[in-house]
Amino acid sequence: MFSKLSVSLALVGAMFLSVPTNAQDHDHHEDSHAEEAHETHDHAAEEGHDVKAQIKETIEHHLSDSYDFTITEGVSFPLPVILFDEGLKVFSSSKFHHGESVAEVDGNYYVLHHSKVYKTDALGHLTMDEHHHPTNAMPLDFSITKNVFMILVMAIFMFFLFKGAAKAYQTGQTPKKAGRFLEPLIIYVRDEIAIPNIGEKHYKKYMSYLLTVFFFIWFMNLAGMTPLGINVTGNITITFSLALITFLITQVSGNKHYWMHIFWMPGVPVVLKPVMAIIELIGLFVKPFSLMIRLYANMLAGHVVLMSIIGLIFVFGSWLISPAFFGLTLVLSLLELLVAALQAYIFTMLTALYFGSAVEEHDHH
Amino acid sequence: MEIPEIVGAGLIVIGAGLGIGRIGGSAMEAIARQPEATAKIQTAMLIAAALIEGIGFAALFAK
Repeated sequence: MFSKLSVSLALVGAMFLSVPTNAQDHDHHEDSHAEEAHETHDHAAEEGHDVKAQIKETIEHHLSDSYDFTITEGVSFPLPVILFDEGLKVFSSSKFHHGESVAEVDGNYYVLHHSKVYKTDALGHLTMDEHHHPTNAMPLDFSITKNVFMILVMAIFMFFLFKGAAKAYQTGQTPKKAGRFLEPLIIYVRDEIAIPNIGEKHYKKYMSYLLTVFFFIWFMNLAGMTPLGINVTGNITITFSLALITFLITQVSGNKHYWMHIFWMPGVPVVLKPVMAIIELIGLFVKPFSLMIRLYANMLAGHVVLMSIIGLIFVFGSWLISPAFFGLTLVLSLLELLVAALQAYIFTMLTALYFGSAVEEHDHH
Repeated sequence: MEIPEIVGAGLIVIGAGLGIGRIGGSAMEAIARQPEATAKIQTAMLIAAALIEGIGFAALFAK
């Protein structure tokens, strides 16, 4: 398995080495690579297949949440596992030894299977159903996983960043330090997102949520572009939670016009009103659903495409083609930086739009 | 005869691409006609594109 860091180092190396003198080197590298991965296979075709399987495994591993924080190949630290299974069980994820061994806690045995904790016996047996899913019991899992850990780190970072930026305004009107960078963004969210969509009268009480969600998604998307292998916004549970909060705030702040437009649409014939009510009711849930899917799918697709292109370098295994993929990765990374900001903007924008529709005051039709 | 899933994915991408392409093209024309309204047009364009994209992704992921 190759980490992003070692891949990029290999790429930088590839850029500086001339092709003909290193042809031999390359062959040697390929051989040793294949050997250490699967010693038993000899055929070239099977080697190619193994590399592809390995790349797929790497991508899947990167996209899924995990119980330890891997910085680079071989450098990782365990995170606490918190299970609720006949009482609270707290232990370090190092007990799993990266999923290779059974963790024993107070006479109960747990095992990792595809990054999920299952209850098992002392030998770690899992009974599989016909779809190869374990049928063992799954304890309630409140673990500080990699994603939870990153959210906590980002929350603390954002707290101090914005507290520092806000402090400067107590003594004067000029922003200092990080505030110089953040002020235009905050004003942009206020003047271009909140006020036009929610309206001068109501926008203030939603500003805290809009700013939080904007900077959280943006910073998390950017963190996903670091070689640490963080994929927080590309995880459907997290986008689901964000969309759920937006949904709840919208429904709570809905005024009587908002509810009337859902259940008894004014200005349409009476026969149509029940039909419209059903459509509007479906629309109520489709809106947060599309928020959730959009952010999740965009970030997931970005990560998969980037890692697949890095993986292609190993599929072709040629010094001639690798620089082209390096360039492609670079360009796509830049595009991903744009997407990171764009998705944060769109999420905030649509959230503000939904809040606006909830608090809008209509002149009667 | 069974149609492979990838054909459906291709159709989705064609549909979403056409939709977003039309939005982008129209926005370009609108900006060329009225450069002073660029900010407003861009916002409307992004929202419309995001909505189509959302449907596209939903269709791609729901197999």
